[in-house]
Amino acid sequence: MAAALNTPRSRAFALTLPVIAFLAFSFIAPVGTMLWHSIYEPEVADALPETLAALETWDGRSLPSEAVYRTAAREFEKLRSERALGGIATRVNRVYVGARSTIVRTARRLQGATPSSWREAMAEADADWRDIAIWGAIQRAGERYTLRHYLHAVDLDYDPAGNVVPLEPERAIHLPLLANTLLASAGITLLCLALGYPLAYAIANGRRPWSTVAMLLVLVPFWMSLIVRSTSWIVMLQRQGLVNDALVAAGAIADDQRFTMIHNMVGTVVAMTHVLLPFLVLPLYAVMRTIPPLHRQAAASLGAGPWQTFAHVYWPQTLPGIGAGALLVFMLAIGYYIAPALVGGRTGQFISNVIAYHMQYSLNWGLAAALNFVLLACVVAIFAVFHRLVGVERIRFG
Amino acid sequence: MNGAAGRERRFRRRGAPWRAACLAVLAVLAAAALGQSALAQAPAPEEPASLTFVSWGGPYARAQRSAFIDAFTEETGITVRMDDYSGGLAQVRAQIEAGDIHWDAIDLERADVLLGCEEGLLEHLDVDALPPAPDGTPASEDYYPNTLSDCGGAGIVYATIFAYHGDAFPTDGPTSIKDFFDVRRFPGRRGMRRSPMVNLEFALMADGVPADEVYAVLDTPVGKARAFRKLDSIKPHVLWWEATGQPVQMLADHEVVMTTAYNGRIFTAGVVEGHAFVPVWRGQVLDSGLIGIIAGTPRLQAATAFLQFASRPERMAAMTGHFPYSPSRRSAAALVHDSAADGLPHLLQHLPTDPERLDYALWSDSQWWSDHIDEMTERFSAWLLR
Repeated sequence: MAAALNTPRSRAFALTLPVIAFLAFSFIAPVGTMLWHSIYEPEVADALPETLAALETWDGRSLPSEAVYRTAAREFEKLRSERALGGIATRVNRVYVGARSTIVRTARRLQGATPSSWREAMAEADADWRDIAIWGAIQRAGERYTLRHYLHAVDLDYDPAGNVVPLEPERAIHLPLLANTLLASAGITLLCLALGYPLAYAIANGRRPWSTVAMLLVLVPFWMSLIVRSTSWIVMLQRQGLVNDALVAAGAIADDQRFTMIHNMVGTVVAMTHVLLPFLVLPLYAVMRTIPPLHRQAAASLGAGPWQTFAHVYWPQTLPGIGAGALLVFMLAIGYYIAPALVGGRTGQFISNVIAYHMQYSLNWGLAAALNFVLLACVVAIFAVFHRLVGVERIRFG
Repeated sequence: MNGAAGRERRFRRRGAPWRAACLAVLAVLAAAALGQSALAQAPAPEEPASLTFVSWGGPYARAQRSAFIDAFTEETGITVRMDDYSGGLAQVRAQIEAGDIHWDAIDLERADVLLGCEEGLLEHLDVDALPPAPDGTPASEDYYPNTLSDCGGAGIVYATIFAYHGDAFPTDGPTSIKDFFDVRRFPGRRGMRRSPMVNLEFALMADGVPADEVYAVLDTPVGKARAFRKLDSIKPHVLWWEATGQPVQMLADHEVVMTTAYNGRIFTAGVVEGHAFVPVWRGQVLDSGLIGIIAGTPRLQAATAFLQFASRPERMAAMTGHFPYSPSRRSAAALVHDSAADGLPHLLQHLPTDPERLDYALWSDSQWWSDHIDEMTERFSAWLLR
């Protein structure tokens, strides 16, 4: 047994250990942490244990008992003195809009009070306490393990009775944005293919100095910052930009008929096609270089015309490169958010822009993580379909 | 030779590759854990005479350096390293969660100060320990209402206003936020920030709601619908901006005829760079920025000293001398007005806290926004897409 493993193979395997450790730290750990964030939210449960315990016997239809009010008031006061109330109230606010200021205001008004009826005192501090909805929200926010973020990520919500219902239509944004993202990414992939295939062909089969120049033209933008590239598209495409100026100067359009080509979905698609083109050209070029010219010469000598040669001999041999490049471009495209933010305007936004908002500004990492996993699920599903249709093992990067 | 053979033997003894892999991963994990706990248990190092202050870069950060950072280093010997960021608390939270805090003080928007304070990301300060005004008024009374927080000091007041291009309306240009929403009298595209904040307030004021009733109206479902309906009326004419530098660029390129923007940006573009931009102050929405201290920084003492220094009225007045955001303390604003005679006469007309402008200004209600920002952001994004 031991002898069988003392092969050069095990030594070669040892060489991959750094890679495995790297993957564990840079990939599995963060993804796992994010997944954990999306279902596990212990803050409210840890902060209001007695209130939540007292609410367990509540029927959920009438106002809770005086004991619940008294316990909640005591725990709010304790949190307030520890300066932890705001963070807890913010989490309840995500379930019930307005709960944050209700809780904070109530705790401030009842500071040091010893009323005979806590229910009356709290209702006086804020009328929200006369409503059962805020108690349901505290219960909901107090769930240690929750699918709330996943429901929200697909525009669903719990109603006060705990049933899953669609989110108010004017707030439903995630599914439309997800559809936007997937459609635009597919469009960008097709555009990259239409532009990249001839380009890769020219680089792989062109004459020496020209093919090198074409290769450089593909690579140079690769080395520039994404922001510079996106902004230069603004200079090109805006109403007073170079393209519109040229069209007006040439008399093709009148001065007041200038095209709107940026700050909308067109802008996002154009800027991202430019950014992602090298990711399609490079694998395709690598595959095209391995196709021997002899194949085409043989086809021609057997009487095939140029079109037949291309369709039956050349094109099928480039399919693995197309698969690799298209998959790469599509996967990268659905995760982009800087280019849509800069040139996307009103309609050219991606789901990643919402994820970035919740990561950076609202600090609702639970929802950001859930959105991330909905996106990941879409990617895996598309990948599975791709695998069924094309076969992942046929992909080649050269 | 002997050594090589020995290495090989040792290598063979390790056995199955998966075991080696597990061992390696465990070793790395253990090393990381040890490193973390060693850091945590290490005795607090002597406070180094330096700290890192994070701000927004560009002319604003340069103004801060000349207004109080260099003077602070001169007075205390503590050197200040500057770093840039683009807003939000994500990096602060990440540093705290990782236990690796390398930022100490940070320039924040007020909404982020409130959120960071509630989430425990910023140190709580003793507001009474901030330096008093020259006449002895305590800091808590010297600050404009709604500009101070338990977790921030120093600070500026800035306005979101709109400006139009003089070329577009050479005579009889827009004079109030109502005109911004009047596409018939003032045709052309407008720039607005892609955010519900400020825009909902603008919409209601343009619809005739007085500044002091805006949030009461906005708090009702009818009021929210009314704000969005008013935005509907100019939706096809709006170009949405995201970065703070974009609006003046769009105005300079004639992409828009008017745009909302921060008053400091319009000042720089108009007065410093010479563009023919005309600011319109009727309908201005005021907000404030503050400097906070990252919770748990090992350089708390130096950071607190820095914040105290930056909160001195004369330092805050000096800041305004370099960049036209108003100081958020009345005594500092008075100093600015006094010093206006020495070489800065033009500055006063570009300050949001000009007494007449304060009369009709709307102070952004960060409490209301803390409750409603997520709901309104979702609603606004959905509205944009429709």
